[in-house]
Amino acid sequence: MKPAPFEYVRPESLAEACALLAADEDARVIAGGQTLVPMLAMRLARPARLIDILRLPELAGIRQEKDAIVVGATTRQAQAERDPVIRASVPMLARVLPWVGHPPTRNRGTIGGSIANADPSAEIPLVAVTLGAEIMLATVDGPASMPADDFFIGPMLTTINPGECVSAIRFPVWPHRRVGTGFFEISARRSDFAFVAAAAQVALDDAGSCIEIALGVGGAGDRPVRLDVSSLAGGKLDSASVTEAINTAAAELDAMSDLHASAAYRRRVAVALCIRAVEEARGNAAAKPAKGA
Amino acid sequence: MKVNLRINGVNRTTELEPRKTLLDALRENFLLNGTHAGCEHGVCGACTVLIDGEPVRSCLMFAVQADGYEITTIEGLAPAPGELGVLQDAFCETHGLQCGYCTPGMILAAHALLQTTLTPTRDDIVEAISGNICRCTGYGQIIEAVEFAAARLRVANTPRPQHDGLNRELPKHAAPTEGLLEAEKGDQPVAEAK
Repeated sequence: MKPAPFEYVRPESLAEACALLAADEDARVIAGGQTLVPMLAMRLARPARLIDILRLPELAGIRQEKDAIVVGATTRQAQAERDPVIRASVPMLARVLPWVGHPPTRNRGTIGGSIANADPSAEIPLVAVTLGAEIMLATVDGPASMPADDFFIGPMLTTINPGECVSAIRFPVWPHRRVGTGFFEISARRSDFAFVAAAAQVALDDAGSCIEIALGVGGAGDRPVRLDVSSLAGGKLDSASVTEAINTAAAELDAMSDLHASAAYRRRVAVALCIRAVEEARGNAAAKPAKGA
Repeated sequence: MKVNLRINGVNRTTELEPRKTLLDALRENFLLNGTHAGCEHGVCGACTVLIDGEPVRSCLMFAVQADGYEITTIEGLAPAPGELGVLQDAFCETHGLQCGYCTPGMILAAHALLQTTLTPTRDDIVEAISGNICRCTGYGQIIEAVEFAAARLRVANTPRPQHDGLNRELPKHAAPTEGLLEAEKGDQPVAEAK
């Protein structure tokens, strides 16, 4: 339970960090370290060099843009959980954060770290994929970005190249007034890895019809996926049409079997949790006052 | 590598390898053995310390990352050598510990909670200590200890209805009869024997 020796470097700037990462194949980024340090302790990872990006000023902070909230990669999960801007504008992220680890790990763990780690059952990547967030990268050639859906390619696998690091996540903000979110997950114990998780966000118009809906499933397959339930937009989200749309969308869901749960169980639970998440999201949206009400 | 750490309000310097966790540095370099080494990979919470007042697992952090923070260990909670803080005393009163291995972590996690609120709900307490594993108590008395400490801290520096400051017993109806935890009853002032 003691890590193998490594060299510790704390660069002064993001450009320096990228140069260090590009120059050394055996270098790894460390920020909060809440996943990396256990891997080092168990010697599942043995990097020669750790590049500590936690205190880089370029990666800190939560920024409000016109139609998005940009969350700096080194924003602590606990900080995001309490942040009033995130609570108001990206409610789904605020909703899932209490399910990420435990309070002490959320005090150190970062939003960008969870994204870069790409655990298939992790909640933050699920939110990024469900809402269609953009992953902002710092590279040796300058900033770049890609949709979250393209960023995650497998369990703990992303398209990130050597010399790159996640700099921020750009979560889109829905312009509608009546937006609600829902989230459910099944795990052995609270805050353990989810066997299946489902997150939904719904926007309703003044008459209670659905304007926009986003639904995603995590933990079932090798990465979080967004389900296509766009057929529900324009409807009233009654339980018959919701169930039908989710069953259709989940038919193509790639689920995996492991010692915790079988693929059939995961698919069945995914459908049930998706229905609950959409119902909760609709309820939360409907609880917001309609215009003139 | 040389590091400067601020531990329990004192600046300390030591020489260590980058791979040394904050936990091992506290125990081996600074001889602060109150921080316990349990699983050493971030599961059990025995190694919890406060970083800028927030509970953090010291086994999931390297000592070289910890400069510039205010680090508080269980040794830093005692008001004076050999004395117990309110929360520590509450754990004794309610039998909130048996083997004691998880206790420093539990107390620091609960301390951070009580720094933010003195009226925590049971759910708040459960959430605050959810990252700390205890294999003896079944958690019941630990939760009671935190409730008890919160109750004591709420009435600290306020006139106590049971007591007029001169050890004279007040009329019985002046004392609240409901809402008292079992251990709290032990707090009733006892008139000194003549």
